[in-house]
Amino acid sequence: MVHLTDVTKYYGNKRALGPVSFEIEKGNTVGFLGLNGVGKTTLLRILACGLRPSSGTVLVDGLDVLRDPHEVRKRVGYLPELPPVYRDMTVTDYLAFAGRIKGMTPEAVARRMPEVQERTRIVEVRDMPTGHLSQGYRQRVGVAQAIIHEPELLILDEPTHDLDPVQIMEMRAMIRSLTDSHTILISSHILPEISRTCDRLLILNDGEIVASGTEEELGEKLFASRRLSVTVRLDGDGPVEAAQAAIAQVAGVTSVQTPDSTGRQAGEAGVVIFQVEGESDLRAEVCRALVETGHDVVALNRAERGLERVFVGLVGGGETWH
Amino acid sequence: MALDATGIIFRREFNAYVRSPMGYIVAAVVLLIDGILFYAYALNSREGELLSGQVLEGFLYFASGMTAIAAVALSIRLVAEERQTGTLLLLDTSPVRDWEILLGKFLSALAFLSLITVATLYMPLLILVNGKIAVGHILIGYLGLTLLGAAVLAIGLFASALTRHQLVAAAVAAVITGALFLFMPLAEIVGPPFGRFFAALTIHGRHWAGFQSGILHLRDVVYYLAMSYFFLFAAIKVMEAKRWE
Repeated sequence: MVHLTDVTKYYGNKRALGPVSFEIEKGNTVGFLGLNGVGKTTLLRILACGLRPSSGTVLVDGLDVLRDPHEVRKRVGYLPELPPVYRDMTVTDYLAFAGRIKGMTPEAVARRMPEVQERTRIVEVRDMPTGHLSQGYRQRVGVAQAIIHEPELLILDEPTHDLDPVQIMEMRAMIRSLTDSHTILISSHILPEISRTCDRLLILNDGEIVASGTEEELGEKLFASRRLSVTVRLDGDGPVEAAQAAIAQVAGVTSVQTPDSTGRQAGEAGVVIFQVEGESDLRAEVCRALVETGHDVVALNRAERGLERVFVGLVGGGETWH
Repeated sequence: MALDATGIIFRREFNAYVRSPMGYIVAAVVLLIDGILFYAYALNSREGELLSGQVLEGFLYFASGMTAIAAVALSIRLVAEERQTGTLLLLDTSPVRDWEILLGKFLSALAFLSLITVATLYMPLLILVNGKIAVGHILIGYLGLTLLGAAVLAIGLFASALTRHQLVAAAVAAVITGALFLFMPLAEIVGPPFGRFFAALTIHGRHWAGFQSGILHLRDVVYYLAMSYFFLFAAIKVMEAKRWE
C-alpha cells in the first residue's frame, strides 16, 4: 500500500527527514513513534501529498506522489495534529464540504454522512458549529473528515493530541474500529497510544527510522535477556536464601534479586517477589525448581518490558538496527 | 470536477463572509463613509453649484477609494487565515488544484464586494431622480468600481498567499496598491519617458478616469482584467511553491 525508497526532506540546508525506506502492507495499522521534532509530521505530510520530498520515491497504492498527487489524494484521508475544521460551519456542513472537496457527489455525501457521524460518534453535535465543540469532539470531526470519502489509507497525526484520559480511550476505540476497513498510519510520542493500537511500530529518531517491528519484537531485540517476576510464599520464617538458591540453580538464570535486604515483601506476610533475569523464557523451569524444593509459587509473570524502555533505549542510546 | 471544486470553495467562502461579523463590518464602514463623503463633498461642494454629472463623478471618485480599501480588507484573510488556523491542510491534501482554490476564493470575495458596491447604488439613483444624468454613466462607473475592486482583490489575495499573518498580508497589499495608486502623481513628476510607463501602470488615475466620466475604453477594461490575472497568477505560483516548499 505504501512504499518509500530513500526519501529525504530538507528545509533549506536543514535535514528534517531521511533517508527513510519502508513498506506498509494493505490493512496494516502502523505507528510512527518518536519525540517531538524528529520528522513524524513531515513524513506523514509527504504521504498525504501535502509536502514534496526533497529526494526519493513515495508510492501510495502504486501511484507516485509527485507524478499523480491528485490520484493519491483521492486515496488518502489525513488528520493533521490540529483538526482542520472551519469554526464557522456546523459539523454536517463541514463534513459535506470536506466530502465534496474530495470529489464526492452531493448524493454520495448524503448517503455516507449518517454512517460517518455514527461511526465517529458525533451525531449529537452534528448541527453545532465546530467552533463550539470540545477538543474531543473536534478531534472526532477531524477523523470524520478524513474518512468521509472512504480512503484506502488513513493518516492520523497525533490523534490524541490535547485530549483528556477519557477522550483518549474513546479515540483509541474509534481508531481500532477503523482498522478493519483502512490501512492506518498513526504518529505519536505517547507510547501506550501506539502500543495499544498498532500492529507494527516504526521508531523515528533524528529523521531516521531506528527500529521497526512489533512491540514484542522490539523488546526482544533490544533486551537480550528475559525477565521474570516470581512471587513465592515462604513457609513460616523460612529463609529467603533457600528459595533464591533454588531459582539461581536453574540453568540459564543469570541473576535473582529480592526487593529488599530482609527479603520480605511489605503487605502480605511471608510473601517475597523475586526478579529473575534469564537467557530465555524460564518460567516452567523456575516454577518446577521452586515446587521441588517445597516452596509455594503464588504468581509467576514475565515482567513488562514496556515500550517506554524500548523507546528510551533506542532514541537515548542512538542504536540503529532493523 | 474543476469548476465543481471552484464552485464548492466559492460557496464556502461566500457563506463565511455572510456568517462572520467581519463581512458586515466592512460593508457597514464602506456604506457609512461613502454616504458621509457623498453628503459632504458631492452634495455640498464648496465649489458652488455642480452639474448632476459632476456630482456623480465626485461620488464615483470617493467610492473608488473605498472600494479599494474594502477589497484589501476582504481579501487578506482568504489564505492567511487558513494557513494560521491549519484548515489549508484540508485543501492541500484534497484532490483540488491551487488555481481552483484561489479562483473560488477570489470570486467569492468579488461577489461579496459587488454586493457592497450595489448597496451604494441608492446614491447615484438619488442623483438620477433629482438631476439629469445618463443611466449609462452609472453603469460604466459601477463597471469601473467592480473592475478596480477585482484588481485590488487579486493583489490582496496574492499578499494573503505569502504569509500566515493577516496584518502582514494587509501591509503588503496596502503597499502594492498604494504604490500603484501613486504611479499617476509620480508619472506627472518624472515626466517622459518614464512618466508614460508609470501612467500606463497606475491603477487609478489614467485607467480610472474614463469610468468616472462615463466613458468606456476597452484599454481600461483590459488593464484591470490584466492586473487581476497577473496577481491571481502570482498568488497561484506562491501557493504552489509553498505547498511543496
